[in-house]
Amino acid sequence: MTTIALAGNPNCGKTVLFNMLTGSRQKVGNYPGVTVEKKEGPAKCPSGRTVNILDLPGTCSLNARTPDEEITRKVLLGQQKDVPIPDALIAVVDATNLERNLGLVLELRELGLPMVLAVNMMDLADRRGLELDLKELSRKLGVPVVPSVAVKKKGISEILAKIEELLASEKQCRPAALAEPTAEKVRARFAEVDAILRAATHKRSRPTEWTDRIDRIVLHPVWGTLLLIVVLSLMFQAIFSWANMPQDWIKAGISRLAAAVGQLLGEGPLKSLITNGVIAGVGAVLVFLPQILLLFLFILFLEDSGYMARAAFLMDKLMGKVGLHGRAFIPLLSSHACAIPGIMATRTIENRRDRLTTILVAPLTTCSARLPVYTLLISAFIPNRVLFGPIRLQGIVMFGLYAAGLISALIMAMVFRATLLKGKKPPLLLELPTYKWPSFRSILLGLWERCSLFLHRAGTVILTLSVILWFLVSYPKPPANLPTDPAHPPISYSFAGKIGQTLEPLVRPLGFDWRIAVALIPGFAAREVMISALGTVYAVEGDHSQTNANEEGATEALAYKLAKSWSLATALSLLVWYILACQCLSTLAVTRRETNSWRWPALMLGYMTALAYAGSFLTFHFASWLGWG
Amino acid sequence: MTISTLGKLRRGQSGMIVSVKTLETRLLEIGFLEGSHVEIVHEAPWGKDPIVVRVRGALIALRRQEADLVEVEIQS
Repeated sequence: MTTIALAGNPNCGKTVLFNMLTGSRQKVGNYPGVTVEKKEGPAKCPSGRTVNILDLPGTCSLNARTPDEEITRKVLLGQQKDVPIPDALIAVVDATNLERNLGLVLELRELGLPMVLAVNMMDLADRRGLELDLKELSRKLGVPVVPSVAVKKKGISEILAKIEELLASEKQCRPAALAEPTAEKVRARFAEVDAILRAATHKRSRPTEWTDRIDRIVLHPVWGTLLLIVVLSLMFQAIFSWANMPQDWIKAGISRLAAAVGQLLGEGPLKSLITNGVIAGVGAVLVFLPQILLLFLFILFLEDSGYMARAAFLMDKLMGKVGLHGRAFIPLLSSHACAIPGIMATRTIENRRDRLTTILVAPLTTCSARLPVYTLLISAFIPNRVLFGPIRLQGIVMFGLYAAGLISALIMAMVFRATLLKGKKPPLLLELPTYKWPSFRSILLGLWERCSLFLHRAGTVILTLSVILWFLVSYPKPPANLPTDPAHPPISYSFAGKIGQTLEPLVRPLGFDWRIAVALIPGFAAREVMISALGTVYAVEGDHSQTNANEEGATEALAYKLAKSWSLATALSLLVWYILACQCLSTLAVTRRETNSWRWPALMLGYMTALAYAGSFLTFHFASWLGWG
Repeated sequence: MTISTLGKLRRGQSGMIVSVKTLETRLLEIGFLEGSHVEIVHEAPWGKDPIVVRVRGALIALRRQEADLVEVEIQS
């Protein structure tokens, strides 16, 4: 099929234009071997002919610096494997920012591919008083020019009509090789842009006053910082509490589904596989969907409105202290809800080393899956003593756990930046776009994209692993007609039980016995699963897959049981283990997807396990020395 | 007429770019061209670094360290 590539600067409205050209029929994938997203989709030309539109990553020039820009360059030069040379190009420029956008157009023109120039955001330019002679612009550039307002779907069919004209008239040509861009060439290009604009503009657009006005608050040293804190707390709040209700619905739906399917199947291994393996496993992933959607709603809105670049500017100094980029704070903040959207959000970090560092430390921040475990252990072991006023010891411990997670993430970021991912701090050089209202449609499409990526990518891996874990926990079965013996619950006969007993010598220095080791195995798939695993191991009464009321009762019973069986040193050691250990298959799966290599998830698992082991070891021995053993 | 580097300017100060040192193409591409007018419009909290500069109709955030590669003739 005919492929038309869409190229332009970042923030020129290219993505919105792409969305309008293709609608929701777009396909999102990865370019082989890199984490750059490949977005393409069909568009219908006025004549009825369908062409494939390929949305290239935004770039300021073909002098590629980031992996994204490298892809754009390679595709346009026909050097990208598995991607045919585009048959034609749509160059997109922001009408209010021609001074800097036209430079790329001149570079694209050198390629010699048939090209249409879409002068986008014409409505904004009109409002700002720009009088542009499009005919003259087209004559000077030597390419057809179409005005467009992508957010209002204006100019879309005109662009496609022009593309059809070009495809009909021009013979295909291979793109010319690009010479190494020198400073002289850049200067000459800008001089040409100036000359073209002098000839084609009757009246220049006024600078946006309202962007300046908003920036006077948003970038103000005091108000800007306060606003940032408000935005961040709102986001945190949203992920934490607004997501609760839909999460409860999903949980309830899943347990109802499990119950219904269970009744349908009748007792037996198949029922156990479907309900405890497949439904419980996939359900554990589905539960995170509301948080991910809410988080990305915020991120997309902040990104599209132009605030994100400003937030990165405000945070650059602070993040720079631990060797991270200003943009790294959003992923780290998001990881407090869940590391999965956090890791996915690192895509906005251009520099590879910066991005990898952020991905590696993101799972150390306290995600919501640790919360149930913290709650259980705190209620079992920490007395709810009033310290002063409304401050209670339990609350302080919880806060301490959060702080410990964040601090360890920042320290590890420093360590990685000083060792494995050492390198010069990349320059900031960030263009702050003018503020605009995000397009509703684009945000919806963006959400849909994230959501399906998450479900598809994490889902397939999780499904497989949940089934494996289910098998390990369920087989072999204990001998039939065994009397209930609290010392030997059914799980102790299973592979997981055997593994737990084998592992015991290894975890004994941490103050853990084989029961904790057994519970840690399913807890490795997803942290909060450890609670139900502990319930199984300690044979606590109460059905965990049923109603919430039962679940709470069971949790209380479990807390009571744990308080009787464990020493405080063991409990503290397990808490430290939970702060530091990487017990989340979804995180590893997403890291694998985002970095396109097993190396980084392996490193993540390795360093976090080592850290957790050392931390728990020290905690247990220190606590025992204090007489808490 | 004073020649200084962009990284040394304070908020509200502006000037004309005289020359661009290393990182040349990178800075040039983003619009730091000789003869262009630059103005520091914002300074970040915490040490007034990075800064936001208006150049060729756009707002560019950059650290003072990089801004020091741009030599300017201070106008006000």
